Amino acid sequence: MMKQKDLILYSGLIILGLAAPYLFSAFKVQLTYLCVLIVLAMTWNLQGGEMGYNTFGNILFYGLGMYLTASVQVGMFFPLAEWTESGGEKTFVHTTAQYFQGIGVGLLVSAIVPAVIAGAIGYAILGLRGHYFAICTLGLGIAAGEIAGGIEIIGAGQGFTTPPFPAEIVDTEARGKFFYFLSFALLVGTFIFVKYIYGSRFRLILNAIRDNEDKAEAMGIQTMKYKIVGWMCSAFFCGLAGGIMGGLIGYIDSTDVAFDGREMGVFMVLMAILGGKGTLWGPVIGATLFHFFKEGLWTLILGWQYVALGVLIVVIVVYFPEGLMGWLREKYPERFGEVIDDKDRKAQVELK
Amino acid sequence: MDFLIFKAPMLMVQASLDGILLGILFALIAYGMALQWGVMNIINIAQGDLVILGGYIAYTIYLWGIHPAWGVIISPIIMFFVGWGLYKLVINKVVDRDLFISILATFGIAIVFQQLMNFIFGADVVVAQSEYGTTMLFDNSVTLPNSKIFSAFISVLYAVALVIYMKKSRLGRAIRATAQNARAAKILGVDTEKVYAATFGINAALCGIAGALISITLTLHPYVGLPYTVRSFMIVIVAGLGNLPAVAVSGMGLGLFEEFADYILGTEFRIGAVFLLLVLILVYRRFKLSKKREYLK
Repeated sequence: MMKQKDLILYSGLIILGLAAPYLFSAFKVQLTYLCVLIVLAMTWNLQGGEMGYNTFGNILFYGLGMYLTASVQVGMFFPLAEWTESGGEKTFVHTTAQYFQGIGVGLLVSAIVPAVIAGAIGYAILGLRGHYFAICTLGLGIAAGEIAGGIEIIGAGQGFTTPPFPAEIVDTEARGKFFYFLSFALLVGTFIFVKYIYGSRFRLILNAIRDNEDKAEAMGIQTMKYKIVGWMCSAFFCGLAGGIMGGLIGYIDSTDVAFDGREMGVFMVLMAILGGKGTLWGPVIGATLFHFFKEGLWTLILGWQYVALGVLIVVIVVYFPEGLMGWLREKYPERFGEVIDDKDRKAQVELK
Repeated sequence: MDFLIFKAPMLMVQASLDGILLGILFALIAYGMALQWGVMNIINIAQGDLVILGGYIAYTIYLWGIHPAWGVIISPIIMFFVGWGLYKLVINKVVDRDLFISILATFGIAIVFQQLMNFIFGADVVVAQSEYGTTMLFDNSVTLPNSKIFSAFISVLYAVALVIYMKKSRLGRAIRATAQNARAAKILGVDTEKVYAATFGINAALCGIAGALISITLTLHPYVGLPYTVRSFMIVIVAGLGNLPAVAVSGMGLGLFEEFADYILGTEFRIGAVFLLLVLILVYRRFKLSKKREYLK
């Protein structure tokens, strides 16, 4: 089945992932971020890379997941309105069992509800193409943030404090480990799922939609159905990622944390493009590189981060739109299973 | 939800007048966006940030003690060169490529602009005082700042001037020729590179005028650019490219919508309503076109 080389690679990565919080115990939060970023980049890649629908709207599901997890976690045991009004987290304390029950149910809800919403709005939104889709989803993400910032029961403008990690657990490392392993599990799950998609007919259909949607339709593919299913898959994982991040950060703000189009929303696009859209490993590599770059540079250029981020976006988009994998592919086509026939190439040159 | 507006008819007059005067300003920004979209086929997400930058230029001369209304002359001149430079630096590399690349690249520019403005002008909400006073109508029940009337008047003036310029001047004709068919224009001796740079410069200058007007009528803040981009995008998709009367009408329509949304839903949902309206307009047009088995191009 699996080639031996792959087996070694995957088991090596999993062992590394499991050992990471012990090896780099000071960087657990950053590692959790990395896992979530990879998940976001990989799911964005399903739309932007495979389907050719450049979405800015996946942040919608991420933010939704964040609010849902926290709301369910609180709402299951305590009145939500009182919690968010002011200092509810001081009056009500989750017991250990309540905390884990709450976050479990919350994550379940935050996976299903965004997927359902993606399915519900998918028919309307995914009928748009190209830049109209991009702008529409951009508007959707920002509208969600603005509206969430006006709703009282989830904290409105003053934010929403997620339940603190149970104080009964004495181990100070436990919180970091818990969120790291949660996000690592999500990462592994997402990777397996995306890899499965890459080997399936589904991916070919998505690629057909990307390359020429009209022709794909003419071939008898019900493109809308596949587009919606693809978006629902992304929403499922984005919602989970948001839920985990909400618990990790501990505080949800409508526009700066949850529906953070200016950071996360752009990051996921940028990471996928940096690594190379339309490849399995591209987003993973892109996210890792981006995260290292960000963490390394952010502190050095304090205050200038966003300028650097903007310049980075421009440089990547203008000069490396194919990303790292695209560049490698051009350089070593044999590695990617492309057989280049010299005769064929010559014929093509003549045709030009 | 607050339905006070339906109980007091004077509030309705107030909102309508405010909305129309504001809408004319939006239409000016949208006209710039339509221009660059039509000619260069790029969507500029940094449009709103150019507007805010233009506003800060007017605010700066106000701080120097010059009346901010002079900003409507100084700001477009400076912004023209900013636009020109921006074109030479980045935009010329994305002109002939996928629209999404231009969206992302200008998104990057927008972030840089926001942050630089934050450094230079600070993160406070500022406004330049024009001290034009207010006009009272209908027994003092409707108040209308004269600066808003001034801004609408200036917007119309510049729009008319630009239309005449585009019709009569050599550069204007070159721009229109490039918009129709860039390749043919090139063959006939139009320096399209220069035309593109000039178009982007003119767009930035329009943003500069609008920004200067915003600095005296509304407020300025480094991070409020994106709503202006979205408003102008919305006006353009409703009105179509290169249809100035339609741009003006839909601009005013948007202004009206915003003022009423402000009264009915509350100020905290104002920006959200604008973005949601964008989504609804796009979805509406998508369903209308899909009946003919077409899609928005």
